[in-house]
Amino acid sequence: MNLSSDPMIFLWTLGKILIVAVPLIIAVAMYVWWERKVIGWMHVRMGPNKIGPFGLLQAFADVTKLLIKEIIIPTNANRLLYFTAPLLAVIPALAVWAVVPFNGGGLVIADVNAGVLYLLAMTSLGVYGIILAGWASNSRYALLGSMRSAAQMISYEICMGMALVCVLVLAGSLNFTAIVEAQAGSKGLFDWFWLPLLPMFFVYYISGVAETNRLPFDVAEGESEIVAGFHVEYSGSAFALFFLAEYANMILLSFLAPILFLGGWLSPFQGWHLGFLSEPSWIWLFLKFFIFATSLIWLRATFPRYRYDQIMRLGWKVFIPISIVWIFVAGIFRYFNVVTPGH
Amino acid sequence: MNHSIFQMVCFVVFAVVAVGAALAVVSVKNTVHAVLALVLTFFSAACLWMLAEAEFLALALVVVYVGAVMVLFLFVVMMLDIDLEPMREGFIKYLPIGIGAAVIMLVEMLGIVGVKTLQIPAGANPAGASNIEWLGMALFTRFLLPFEIAALILTVGLVAAVVLALRVRTFSKHQNPAAQSAVRAAGRVRMVKMAATPPAASSKQESQA
Repeated sequence: MNLSSDPMIFLWTLGKILIVAVPLIIAVAMYVWWERKVIGWMHVRMGPNKIGPFGLLQAFADVTKLLIKEIIIPTNANRLLYFTAPLLAVIPALAVWAVVPFNGGGLVIADVNAGVLYLLAMTSLGVYGIILAGWASNSRYALLGSMRSAAQMISYEICMGMALVCVLVLAGSLNFTAIVEAQAGSKGLFDWFWLPLLPMFFVYYISGVAETNRLPFDVAEGESEIVAGFHVEYSGSAFALFFLAEYANMILLSFLAPILFLGGWLSPFQGWHLGFLSEPSWIWLFLKFFIFATSLIWLRATFPRYRYDQIMRLGWKVFIPISIVWIFVAGIFRYFNVVTPGH
Repeated sequence: MNHSIFQMVCFVVFAVVAVGAALAVVSVKNTVHAVLALVLTFFSAACLWMLAEAEFLALALVVVYVGAVMVLFLFVVMMLDIDLEPMREGFIKYLPIGIGAAVIMLVEMLGIVGVKTLQIPAGANPAGASNIEWLGMALFTRFLLPFEIAALILTVGLVAAVVLALRVRTFSKHQNPAAQSAVRAAGRVRMVKMAATPPAASSKQESQA
């Protein structure tokens, strides 16, 4: 019996999970602060500035407040599902991070071959939390919100999946690390997949915004129409879990868009012999992440909410035809060696 | 050694959950709970396949059935107002038929497993490489025609469902997005230039009133 090594592997895996999960949760808190601050500046306001330097501790004060609030259960709610729903929302949102790489050389919890499929599987589970929250609350507004959300998430999952297929065709792998390495080359940022897959890059990003139910696609919450949509009846820590899931998914989108289309941790000046600027580094990935995360806030501050029929039209009649055509185009690129992975 | 014990424990846990959830699907009273139990069954089955190193099948099961099909199922069940009493009455009546079908399926599955165990135990990972790569290669070269026919059948099914369910309602109102985006302010609003002088006579009347 080889007992000495297996517990160590187990502990090391647990440690890796904590190394990703704890900073992720702190990042959610800081992201909320950054969002309020940026939107404040865009509205020519101060934003949070009272608690801590620059209001940095505002998010932690909010979390503390949420956690010590009472959880109120509607009288006719289905108690079991009412409490399961927030967990079903947050568990896939955290589980996805198992396959997201942060740097070359295997800086990832699980360097699996089916990474992209795992990502699709986990993100498609997130919709259960929202549907069940709406149904279990036994409230009209909540049910309307969850129905809208389910229709929207299923519609946009299709074109998002097709955008991923285009990336897979060019990269020839389902492994995220291999996808980033396939974008390496000597032509700097012109070796990345955003150039041959430019329409799919936009389709992926916009579908990602729709998947996370963020503005301008937030009909699931729609404050002016259905109060707060699927989580109207939730308070305290149960609400905090929905909040955590939404922001964790936004951070995930801001990591995946660079990994799939913008070369991940590769330098935009790769192969141009600019010294340390041409070297791949996790700093590049985090810079790209920061730009995408801020752009999500910018979208929120800029656009009004889409109408429901416009959302459905965009998803089914615009994005899906574009995706189908571009899968063919990507196949042609690959067949005639217009794009070769890793060069 | 230790590793295989861990795998065995995982297998037993997932198998028990799968069977338990499958029983719950047919026995729980609340239909939404039943759908969720079916989701759990699929998920446990996916975990079992994952243990057998068939990760493509496992993840495809989660993506297709758990992530899409069951969501729509849940949607429908949530929207329907199902009266449970008549359904409970039929439970005992149809029980022999159900047991009969279950026994036949069990015999068939034992037959397949029995035949397979006589042959060489083919692993899910024959070439030692990723079985997704192997599966993709096989599907798009050797089994291209069956693959394309399956895709065509699914498309036909999709179109048929739309045709069957489509009701052309003459009284319903539609928006034309092209016409909506073609709207310009000049066609909707007429700007009228007016002098900025206050109407003196009317203000006098108001003050009198």
